[in-house]
Amino acid sequence: MPASKWAFEDFVAGASIDLGTRKVTAEEIMAFASEFDPQPMHLDEAAGKASILGGLSASGWHTCAMFMRLLCDGMLLDSTCQGAPGIDYVKWKHPVLAGDKLTARLKIIATRISRSRPALGLVTLHSEMLNQHGVSVFEQENTIMFLKRDSGAAA
Amino acid sequence: MTLDEYFAIGRTIDLGSYTFDADAIKAFARRYDPQPFHLDEHAAAGSVFKKLCASGWHTAAVWMKLNIATGLAGSIVEWDGPGPRPVFGPSPGLRNLKWLKPVYAGETVSYTRKALNHRALSKRPGWRVLTVSGEAFDSTGDKVMQFDSGVLVEAE
Repeated sequence: MPASKWAFEDFVAGASIDLGTRKVTAEEIMAFASEFDPQPMHLDEAAGKASILGGLSASGWHTCAMFMRLLCDGMLLDSTCQGAPGIDYVKWKHPVLAGDKLTARLKIIATRISRSRPALGLVTLHSEMLNQHGVSVFEQENTIMFLKRDSGAAA
Repeated sequence: MTLDEYFAIGRTIDLGSYTFDADAIKAFARRYDPQPFHLDEHAAAGSVFKKLCASGWHTAAVWMKLNIATGLAGSIVEWDGPGPRPVFGPSPGLRNLKWLKPVYAGETVSYTRKALNHRALSKRPGWRVLTVSGEAFDSTGDKVMQFDSGVLVEAE
């Protein structure tokens, strides 16, 4: 198995990583909402337009999930990721509407070696998604665990 | 009736439970979190988690599913306070989301919510933000997830 592109040592505080873009379709908004968040503004164009969100809009949980997919494809799947203990905060800053194109990027805030598991490092990230108008729609901060490159399991 | 009574401030509300079968775990992961330990039993066996487990975002999304199925405050009690019935709006975000323990395939998770407090929004007259705590427990009673989220409410 080839070594992962991203191991703990590759994350440097202050650096940024572009995670790519994703189109948000009405069908996907409604499919996610039907299963997990069946409120009218996530299920119906007219109800969305009549709401404070101004159009058929993605569930905030869906927005988190879409970011997760961009994070996976843009970095995580080619990394030594060992999971994440949680999320410090998520801000749903602006409605995510059907037809939007989201661009995700992250900035590395801090890195440190785990005290209890020296083969493991913790990377704190600030992530953001912008829509096609350059408006920030989503922000998140969290810490993800990565193996060091020289640890046996990283290769 | 006060807003505190309407929102059931401080009262834990049982949202019911959900069983994470392997097919549902994999279907969510294929769409949104295709890491090997969420997609495939064999790959999971060689991972940090040892067994197939749900994406943390899947565990979180099911909280919302059961929260909506239970009904927001207004569908549980009738508003009979002064002024118009408070109307729930969107959420500005969440804080302190913790995935405390993996949710493995076959696990049945029980969910709760508790409204903690609410305050007026100075920038949006007529609107308040209600803080709600969400929690999830596995079949052994261990807490597997917790978070605090906000929700905007149009209320006097």
